[in-house]
Amino acid sequence: METLTFILHNLPAIGERTLEHLSIVGVAVGVAILTGVPLGIAITQSQRTADTVLYLGSVVMTIPSIALFGVLIPILSKIGQGIGWLPAVIAAMLYAQLPIIRNTYTAIRNVDPALRSAAIGMGMSVPQRLARVEIPIALPVIIAGIRIAVVINIGVTAIAAYIGAGGLGTFISRGISQTDIRQLITGALALGLLAIACDYSLLWLQRRLTPKGAQPRAP
Amino acid sequence: MIRLDALTKVYATPQGQVAAVDRVSLDVAEGETCVLLGPSGCGKTTTLRMINRLVVPTSGKIFIGGRDTDAADPVLLRRTIGYVIQQIGLFPNMTVAENIGVVPRLLGWSSDRRRRRAEELLAMLALDPAQFLDRYPNELSGGQAQRIGVARALAADPPVLLMDEPFGALDPVNREAIQDEFLRMQRTLRKTVLFVSHDIDEAVKMADRIAIFRAGRLVQCAAPDTLLARPADAFVAGFVGSDRTLKRLRLIRVREIMAPAGPGDLPAGPGPAVAPDDDLRRVATLFLEHDLDALRCVGADGSVVGRVTRAAVAARLAPEPLP
Repeated sequence: METLTFILHNLPAIGERTLEHLSIVGVAVGVAILTGVPLGIAITQSQRTADTVLYLGSVVMTIPSIALFGVLIPILSKIGQGIGWLPAVIAAMLYAQLPIIRNTYTAIRNVDPALRSAAIGMGMSVPQRLARVEIPIALPVIIAGIRIAVVINIGVTAIAAYIGAGGLGTFISRGISQTDIRQLITGALALGLLAIACDYSLLWLQRRLTPKGAQPRAP
Repeated sequence: MIRLDALTKVYATPQGQVAAVDRVSLDVAEGETCVLLGPSGCGKTTTLRMINRLVVPTSGKIFIGGRDTDAADPVLLRRTIGYVIQQIGLFPNMTVAENIGVVPRLLGWSSDRRRRRAEELLAMLALDPAQFLDRYPNELSGGQAQRIGVARALAADPPVLLMDEPFGALDPVNREAIQDEFLRMQRTLRKTVLFVSHDIDEAVKMADRIAIFRAGRLVQCAAPDTLLARPADAFVAGFVGSDRTLKRLRLIRVREIMAPAGPGDLPAGPGPAVAPDDDLRRVATLFLEHDLDALRCVGADGSVVGRVTRAAVAARLAPEPLP
């Protein structure tokens, strides 16, 4: 009951924190898409490069986010950005790389070789083949990777509150330091709802962008 | 129209260099259908894929319409060559109309013109344009999909068509139907067709000439009837089968061996008869079913136009002496 009152009294603050959170996740995932999708397509050309890139991506995933923030502080301090929005975005962007690169790589690799052969044999150039055949067919799986990246990033960004990046994690960090259960629950609840809302809207997008002919047939 | 000159493809394998295609030379005239026939791994598909440069030859030349294809940009070259593959390869993210319009779009045709062309081709293939244009490939049966595959290859009206076991994945009934349709279309279109097959019956039916491959070499290239009558060696004889005489029956028309009707011939009326355009399978069937030695040939108006005898059939099937 107390928590509910707290939430109702702090709706503007919750809204502001949600926007902060989304700005970090949005920019990080946006940059990760712009870099990860082309990289994922590029590494389909060479098995060895693909192995290396995917391995590096997995290594990044094993670094605890709090440790990554710690590493970024001295590096980014050189340009006066040791804490706050920029390190949060960079860390989130690094965590978003692996799911996006891996899903793009897998999706492009799994395009039926007969389709590739037909596309080449009919006289498509490489960019035409990618734009008209391979990417449209791979798109649902690529978006599935983006969904995973977004959900991971919502979690990583919550921890970024400790380096002063703001966002919904602020409620949790304050709740812990002030032993205030109302703030803790508010933060956790808002994060959960945000993750679910983002995931579902991307799922909707994924379904919309799935080529009609590639959707499972009604029995 | 297409000339292969000592075409060779050598692959490096752990066992050393293997010639998948070994000095193949072949001339295909304009409007001719040439079937490349042989067991799997004989180099027929590699030969085909070298023509549209999906495989780069190790040595040798390919000329299309007198032009050396080495000098052409492979991407532009492929747009002038229709290509049909066994797996069909319709793009699942495009409708039938869009699939047919792929090469026209690459060539910069307007969307109206592409759609009109798709309608025209569907009609030619006995598919109702209104019903099929906006379908997706997963809403088609195998036979329909392969018809669209053929339509897509013909879309930009290329002079040359390469077909890699195009009907190999279809059931026998569908295969017969689509073969018949293709033959009917080919009679008016007169494309230069190179057609890969491993099925001697299909080859005999479709080909003006059959090129038999074995282990990368071209063993014999001849008209189907010649090939069946005079196989060059034991391999060809084995490949065409011991029933090659029966296979020849479908290639010979009654009018070729029919004697003109004369006085005292079998009278008009009921009883077994053949038409001048029937092939000898029909004649043989009637000979056997009715225990006959001669048959009347009846024209379209029902009048007797000639007769065909067992002796005439035997004379036609007798192996001619080699020149």
